[in-house]
Amino acid sequence: MSAFWRVVWIVARKDLAIEARSRELLNTTIFFALSCVIVFSVSFVGEGGDGRALGDAAAGILWVAIAFSGTLALGRTFERERYGDTLRALLLAPGARAAVYVGKLVGIVALLVATEAVIVPLVALLFQARLGDHLLLISALLLFGTVGFATVGTLFAAMLARARSRDVLLPILLYPVTIPVMIAGVRGTAALLAAEPQLDMARLWVMMLLAFDVVFVTLSLWTFEALMTE
Amino acid sequence: MKRICLAALLLMNTVAFAQPAQSEFKPVTEIPASEQLASAPLVIAAYAFVWLAFVFYAWTMWRKLGKVEQELQTLSAQIVNKRP
Amino acid sequence: MRKAVVPLLAAAGFIFMTAPIVIARARYESTMGLVQKIFYFHMPPAMLMLLSAIFCGIVSAIFLINRRPIYDWIAFAAAELTVLYGAMAMVTGPLWARKAWGVWWVWDARLTMSLLMWMVFVSYLLLRRYGGPGSETLAAGLALFGMATAPFVYLSVNIWRTIHPLTSVVPTLPVDFAFALWYSFAGFLLMYIALMMLRMTIERQRTMLDYLYLESEE
Repeated sequence: MSAFWRVVWIVARKDLAIEARSRELLNTTIFFALSCVIVFSVSFVGEGGDGRALGDAAAGILWVAIAFSGTLALGRTFERERYGDTLRALLLAPGARAAVYVGKLVGIVALLVATEAVIVPLVALLFQARLGDHLLLISALLLFGTVGFATVGTLFAAMLARARSRDVLLPILLYPVTIPVMIAGVRGTAALLAAEPQLDMARLWVMMLLAFDVVFVTLSLWTFEALMTE
Repeated sequence: MKRICLAALLLMNTVAFAQPAQSEFKPVTEIPASEQLASAPLVIAAYAFVWLAFVFYAWTMWRKLGKVEQELQTLSAQIVNKRP
Repeated sequence: MRKAVVPLLAAAGFIFMTAPIVIARARYESTMGLVQKIFYFHMPPAMLMLLSAIFCGIVSAIFLINRRPIYDWIAFAAAELTVLYGAMAMVTGPLWARKAWGVWWVWDARLTMSLLMWMVFVSYLLLRRYGGPGSETLAAGLALFGMATAPFVYLSVNIWRTIHPLTSVVPTLPVDFAFALWYSFAGFLLMYIALMMLRMTIERQRTMLDYLYLESEE
């Protein structure tokens, strides 16, 4: 069992080390997420007055920015692998293939969490959304939602790494499957941002996200081996 | 072509703005039968769509099958001819 | 296999020709009147879309395990039929909803999950078409995720408060409603089998064609 986690740690550490040196993915993803938030803010903020967003737009904008920047980050991560031709090396390495998958997943989740650390305060600022009030619940929503999204995303991005039209196929395949995760995330965040925060609803959505995570992680671990054999 | 479009656009706008504007809203208690949503067109549209979808799919598949089989035949004939 | 297609198509065609008579003989529903008749052409494709998605997932899993091409052909055909039947359900549904609920579409749990499942299988078809070599395997993986959404689609009406009728409606139908429903269902099912066979034959011939091309180049 510990051999599995050692491989996970090695793969994750490799990605994080590369990132720490160049910070290419981190900077570009964060800036893209910022642009997303601003573009959507301009579209959805009502006229005049205090500039409050229409309805639950703040929650929606946050999660859409995460989804879009996540998709880009996934594409770029595996593009790097493909360019360096390291994907085959990773798959040929001794040790469970699933451990390679989890290692890459950890790297992606770390990248997305870093992005969220920047855009969540920004959204709170732009929309006077009191995201800091229920920090634990918000963190749970974001973490479970990100893991759910990244789980399916890493699997699909890995399996598309050598396919034709991979850039456009990744969002096409990824979004229908992960929209339930998005819905749960948005509904949960919106429940917390409502004029009277509905903590029970938010907890319900956190549970639902956890259920999705379990299903997706299980499914991905089972299929990664079969899908990557070439 | 561009001039025709421009002329059509100007004509449309002239006609639209020439209508007398509505001066007030008149409330009504019961919608007259002509304004109620008729069920029959919806039912007919639903059934028609299903039938058409089936016909379209089956026909497209049948044609594809024909094409593939024809290619198979030509290719088999070529291979047979090539072999001494 | 080709020989079975024509009689199946004929049987299905017969059922579809006579279905309106059977449906017309069922009584009108008390609150919805004529528009409820859409039910007989809405529920069977919706049910079959769900079953087809599950079938596609199972066959894809088998394909991933033993890699025999026939399972890939079946999975591809099942995915196409899922999209076809799903489209039928998604068009007849709003046509009914417009009269019964007053709106074409609501974002309730059942409709949203059905749309998402349908979209997963549309993306399956896009992947097969544009993904290049190796896309059979990838698509099989995608079909598994599509299958995972199926229980949510079915149970969504029971778990959440939705505007869509509950699953308890069908088992408790009056006799003449039930007869019309299952008669239509039989038609849709026979059509499904016939189209599946047709589609599989095409895939098999295509594979043979590729094989012959390779041979002819030697």
